Amino acid sequence: MSADEVLIVRTGTANLASVCAGLRRAGAAPRLTESPNDVAAAERVVLPGVGAFGAAMARLTDKGLDRVLTERIAAGRPTLAVCLGLQLLCDESEETPGVRGLGLVAGRITRFSTAVRVPQLGWNLVAAGDGAPLLHDPGHAYFANSYKLDAAPTGWTAAYADHGGRFVAALERGNVLVCQFHPELSGAWGLELLRRWLGATQPRRTGGAAC
Amino acid sequence: MLTVRIIPCLDVRDGRVVKGVRFSGLRDAGSPPERAAAYGAQGADELVLLDVSATPEGRAHQTETTRRVREQLSIPLTVGGGVRTLDDARALLEAGADKVAVNTAAVRTPDLIDRLATEFGCQCTILALDAARTPAGNWEVVVLSGRERTGRDAIAWAGEATRRGAGEILLTSWDRDGTRAGYDVDLIAAVAGAVRVPVIASGGAAGPEHLLAALRAGADAVLAASIFHDRDMTVGAVKDYLAERGIQVRR
Repeated sequence: MSADEVLIVRTGTANLASVCAGLRRAGAAPRLTESPNDVAAAERVVLPGVGAFGAAMARLTDKGLDRVLTERIAAGRPTLAVCLGLQLLCDESEETPGVRGLGLVAGRITRFSTAVRVPQLGWNLVAAGDGAPLLHDPGHAYFANSYKLDAAPTGWTAAYADHGGRFVAALERGNVLVCQFHPELSGAWGLELLRRWLGATQPRRTGGAAC
Repeated sequence: MLTVRIIPCLDVRDGRVVKGVRFSGLRDAGSPPERAAAYGAQGADELVLLDVSATPEGRAHQTETTRRVREQLSIPLTVGGGVRTLDDARALLEAGADKVAVNTAAVRTPDLIDRLATEFGCQCTILALDAARTPAGNWEVVVLSGRERTGRDAIAWAGEATRRGAGEILLTSWDRDGTRAGYDVDLIAAVAGAVRVPVIASGGAAGPEHLLAALRAGADAVLAASIFHDRDMTVGAVKDYLAERGIQVRR
């Protein structure tokens, strides 16, 4: 049997080769797409993202990806958002005032304090999420961000880290995992998290219609 | 709180890892993917791949080397050497780099930094700054692998580059590179105090005490090549040494 396919949303030039390599190490078969139909139909989708909030939202909207991503995440279908991907799920960002995010995570993205080095580039300790099915294992994760979410809204389970104050390192709800850090660059710890997400989202192979 | 980063550096010429003194007198130090895998297994926090090929033919290996190294690594990878355009940077990112370092081209055309940061984000745009001491006791920017002194003040250039969007500075002391005399801690302190982005110290490490001194001088990360290539120390042994002295490292 072939490895399980994972569709990666092509959001402009990101470190997509690293995301693909990380998913392959975790046992998946990654494929890039920018088709809304693919994203709507796929069993598993990864939303990577680097660059600026406003430009990334514009690309998602131009390609009609905003609506299909919103639908699948709202429905709790297997989706992994990485780095800027977390921020795009929120309401808005201080990085690009006036641009609306996907609005799936209630909250506003703000810049890190001037008391610490920005961007945050490096390994930070992620605490275990309280009662989190996927984020139950504390460990060091690799971050590359200048903006962050301070607190998780109701309905999401969160894991936190600290860089000049507490911020959201990752969120999960159902089969949706949302990481401010880069699991694909977070060594053995990140690889285990990717495997847990893939394992928790095995396609239903028997009985009934696909969801 | 962030841990410090220990970053082995692979200087690559014509597809092979090399190491020299003051950017010359290169000798072979192995295959890039093999060295990358070894350092990943030792607990390296990141890897830097700098192409020091003298010719375009030699540099043609760069994307393929990046691709092969990427497959071996589950940690961040910075690639630099000869990056002049957005297309150069894009090719490296698509091959598996997470960050791209610019040096000579950014000094010649500072606007390159603005364009890279706009296109790929500042977290992806690294300024490689090679600095040499001047008789007056300051530091000037050197380019073309140390062959040309620019007369430009290194501290001022660090500030300008970060205002333009560089998200990190890879700071190499030209005077110390490959000499095993220790990092230039005064240079590190001056640059780390002048910018708000992370600073990677490079050039001159011979032992863990040098890495400790660089971190205490204000570096966020320390880069070394010879001590790891020559198997004087593993990354893990360096981390043990630092942890025993109260420095936060990733295990």
